[in-house]
Amino acid sequence: MTLLTHNMLSSNIKGVTNGFPLHIEAEKVVEKQVEINHDFRRNIFPKIKWKAFVDASRILGYVELPEEAPEPSVLESDHEFLGKFHHALLELHIEEGALFCPETERKFPINKGIPNMLLRYNLQEVFAFLILL
Amino acid sequence: MSSRPELQAPPEIFYDDTEARKYTSSSRIVEIQAKLSERAVELLALPDDGVPRLLLDIGCGSGLSGETLTENGHQWIGLDISQSMLDIALEREVEGDLILGDMGQGLGLRPGVIDGAISISAIQWLCNADKSSHEPRLRLKAFFGSLYKCLARGARAAFQVYPENLAQRELILSYAMRAGFAGGVVVDFPHSTKKRKEYIVLTCGPPSISTAVPKGKGEEGESCSDDESSGDEENQTVSISDRHRPRKKQKTNKKGKGREWILRKKEQMRRKGNTVPPDTKYTGRKRKARF
Repeated sequence: MTLLTHNMLSSNIKGVTNGFPLHIEAEKVVEKQVEINHDFRRNIFPKIKWKAFVDASRILGYVELPEEAPEPSVLESDHEFLGKFHHALLELHIEEGALFCPETERKFPINKGIPNMLLRYNLQEVFAFLILL
Repeated sequence: MSSRPELQAPPEIFYDDTEARKYTSSSRIVEIQAKLSERAVELLALPDDGVPRLLLDIGCGSGLSGETLTENGHQWIGLDISQSMLDIALEREVEGDLILGDMGQGLGLRPGVIDGAISISAIQWLCNADKSSHEPRLRLKAFFGSLYKCLARGARAAFQVYPENLAQRELILSYAMRAGFAGGVVVDFPHSTKKRKEYIVLTCGPPSISTAVPKGKGEEGESCSDDESSGDEENQTVSISDRHRPRKKQKTNKKGKGREWILRKKEQMRRKGNTVPPDTKYTGRKRKARF
């Protein structure tokens, strides 16, 4: 799973108001080479929640990104930054580990790079569901 | 037993290892899936500026439809409920990111981040109640509600579906409309039983000219009447005396059936979406006697 997907995912448990960002617990991280596409990054940059993105990259052990979100104009000129942004966004993959809902601490395991977001209808979740109805 | 997979088992059980294997070994399935997803991407009507978008593939399965998205240069996130199908996708080393999830439980994505969504032959699964906790109406509501939230304004969703009957199509559409979508059904090749394909095309946002539903392939203005209305008309005209009508009324004289008949038949096949050679001056022309 890439950090791009992590940045888009939020907890879909019923009754959770702020399910973003999911906490990461990474056991195994792999790097995969991905071709750089400038247009895509320009398109995706405004949609990224920067703080969650930087925090996630730190957890994976990548500390090159700045704490504060840079101006969009940097995307045009700063090639060094572009490379780092691209690397963190698409080339770092969480292979094994888990995600945690920030409110309920519900665990979503990641196996072979695929997060398991299935909600088993356990008692607590059904209860939250019924209250909403 | 019915040939509809929806009636045999829940998706996470029906798409087991053997069923999933078909999606790599059968070239027929691969070809059909590629064609369907190609058409779905066309219906998304993304601006033609070469900028890659972030798309969602709902029920991505083995990633066959995702490959079409990659070929078109887009980044995608795939969601599926079957672990076996996702394992095949890993084996095929698809470009997109995969998520194991149930669309009926809501998508769980941040609002307004996705530029478009496709789904190939998956939405009709929502109408099934495979577990005691499943209630199709709630699942449809959760799915379309969360989809509407995560799509950007003006973004489109194109879902190829195999509805079991009219009521099911109505049910799916009504929940999409209730969630706030504008759009409708596009039917490709409405006259053919085999090639007929239905797509639900939805636009996120209020109705406008840009949200008009595109036309289906192989369909003409006058002939796009709904099957139900034409079926009703037929029912009205059928009478008992028709039973005793001789089977073949076609008259064949010495000259054969004639050019007009051939042209009519060719037009019929064309409407069904079959490949038919073009009409030329040679069509239906008699051979010379010495041949």
